[in-house]
Amino acid sequence: MAHQKTYEEINEKIKRGEAVVVTAEEVIDIVEEQGLEKAAREIDVVTTGTFGPMCSSGVFLNFGHSRPRIKMSKVWLNGVEAYAGIAAVDAYLGAAQLPENDPENKVYPGRFSYGGGHVIHDLLAGKEIRLEAIGYGTDCYPNKKVDTIIKLEDLNEAVLFNPRNAYQNYNCAINLSDRTIYTYMGIVKPNLGNASYSTSGQLSPLLNDPYYKTIGVGTRIFLGGGIGYVAWNGTQHHPNVLRGENGVPKVGAGTLAVIGDLKQMDPNWLVGLSYIGYGATMAVGIGIPIPILDEEILSYAAVKDEDIYCPIVDYSEGYPYGKSIDLGFANFKELKSGKITIDGKQVISTPQSSIYRARKIAGTLKEWIKAGSFEISKPVAPLPSADANIEFKSIPERNPNGNR
Amino acid sequence: MKNRVVCYFSAAQSEQPIIYQLIKDYDLIVNILKADINPQKEGYLVVELEGEREKYKSGVDYLKSLGIHVEPLSETVIWSEEICIQCGACSSFCPTQALDLDRETMMISFNNSKCIVCGMCLDCCPTRAIKLYFEVREAV
Ligand code: SF4
Ligand code: SF4
Repeated sequence: MAHQKTYEEINEKIKRGEAVVVTAEEVIDIVEEQGLEKAAREIDVVTTGTFGPMCSSGVFLNFGHSRPRIKMSKVWLNGVEAYAGIAAVDAYLGAAQLPENDPENKVYPGRFSYGGGHVIHDLLAGKEIRLEAIGYGTDCYPNKKVDTIIKLEDLNEAVLFNPRNAYQNYNCAINLSDRTIYTYMGIVKPNLGNASYSTSGQLSPLLNDPYYKTIGVGTRIFLGGGIGYVAWNGTQHHPNVLRGENGVPKVGAGTLAVIGDLKQMDPNWLVGLSYIGYGATMAVGIGIPIPILDEEILSYAAVKDEDIYCPIVDYSEGYPYGKSIDLGFANFKELKSGKITIDGKQVISTPQSSIYRARKIAGTLKEWIKAGSFEISKPVAPLPSADANIEFKSIPERNPNGNR
Repeated sequence: MKNRVVCYFSAAQSEQPIIYQLIKDYDLIVNILKADINPQKEGYLVVELEGEREKYKSGVDYLKSLGIHVEPLSETVIWSEEICIQCGACSSFCPTQALDLDRETMMISFNNSKCIVCGMCLDCCPTRAIKLYFEVREAV
C-alpha cells in the first residue's frame, strides 16, 4: 500500500526540527527526479505563496471607550469611513473604501491615491492615524463626537478578516476595443495592446491543492507576514467549474476567507494599492503549507505552470457586460514568459500579482516550519469541493414596487 | 508646437502679468505644471506652451526680452525600490525597457540611462513607486 502520513506524524517531525519542507516550485524538480513514490515518502510539507491585490479584505477594530462613552454611528480613519453598524466602539474598515471627499472617476481616470488598504498599511507601519467618530448619544453612551489620534498599539483588537482572498485561478485580461481601459487588472491597452494576469501559478495555494484535500476551515497559514487561519470558504467560492485532467480549475473557482491578528503582521505584506480609473485596494500576502499525506496530494502540489490554464477575457465588453467572447486559454508558462498569442497576434503579458514576493512568502513559510515555529493543522471542516452543486448567482431583476 | 519649459524670474519680474500676455498677445495655450512665485522674490514657473510655431517663437522671445531665463524642462523619473512590490505591471508600458522585468527572478529593475521620460509607466503603478520629478534649479 502506498505510503501515508498523518498530520500528527508530520508535526512531530516539525517539532524535532526534522521535517523536510520544500516550496511549490522546488517540489517540481524533486518529483521529476525521484518519482512520486519516493518523493512522497521524503517530503513532509510543500509551501505555497501569493501576493497580489485582494479587494475583499479589511480589518475589524475595537477602539476602546471614550470618556464619557460613545456609541459610534459613523467612524473615519484618516478620512476613510469604516463601517460602524456593529457594537458601540467596533468598526470594520474595508480595503477598497475611499475617503469621503475622493473625486473618484469624476475626472476620468481617477487617481485613487488613498483608501482603506492604505490606512491598514499605515496602522501596521505604526503611523499615527486620525480617528473621527460621531454618535447620536444615548443614556448609556452620552458622547456624540470623538476626534483624536490613534496608533495600532492603542487599539484593543485589530483583526484582519478578509472575506475573499487567494482566488483559485483568475482571468487574463485583454482589451478588444479601440480605447484604453482602466480596470482592477490595471491599464489594458486597446486592440490587444497587452495582457494582464494575476495569481502566482505553480506557487499559488489553491492551485496546488485543487480539491481542497488539505486546506480547509482552521488551516494555519502565513497571512500578511504573520500567522492567520482559514476561516471559511471565501465569497463566490465556486468549486464545481471546468477543470483540466489534472484537476486544476481552468477558470476562477475556489476562494478563501482568512483571519488573523493584525498586530503581529508586517506592513511589507499588506500594502495599499491605487489602480488608476478603478479604485483603491490592498495587496495581501498569503502562504499556505500543504502537508504531503500521500502520493495523490503530492501529485497535485507538483503542478507546473504549463499545466495551469486561465481564460483570456475581454475587459472592454466581455467582462463588464457579461458577453461571452471565446478567446481561449493561456497557460502560465506562456504568461510568465512575457508573450502570449491571441488570434495569431503576439501580445505582451505582465502580472498584477508579484511572483518575486510569492516566492519570498513560500520561502519564509518553509523556514518557519523547518525551524519548528510553525506547525501544520488539520482542517476542522472541509471546504465544498468539485462535487458540490453550487450555483453561481447574479442579482435577480425584480420590480420592488410590486407585480406589473 | 508644444513644449515644456522652465522660466526663471528675478524678484522684479515676478510682478508682471506674463501669462496673461502670452495668452492674449501670442495666442498660446499655457498650462502651468508647477510654480514657485512669490511677490518681491525670485521664483520659477514650469509651463507647457502650445501654439503655432511663429507665435510660440515670438512668445518665448517676449519672455526673454523681459530678462526671464527660459530653459527646456528637464524631467527625471525616479523609481523607489522600497515602495515597489515587484508586481511587474509597469514592464508592459515601458517602450525602452528602462523598467525591465527579469523573467527568471521576476524582479523589476530601473535603468535611468535608458529612460526617455515618456511618462507611460507613471499611471500604471499601483504603489506609485514611479514618480516624475521636474528638475528645477534652486535660484537664478
Ligand atoms: S518614463 Fe517611459 S521610458 Fe522612462 S521608465 Fe517610464 S515608461 Fe520607461
Ligand atoms: S508597477 Fe510599480 S509596484 Fe509594480 S513592479 Fe512596477 S514599479 Fe514596482
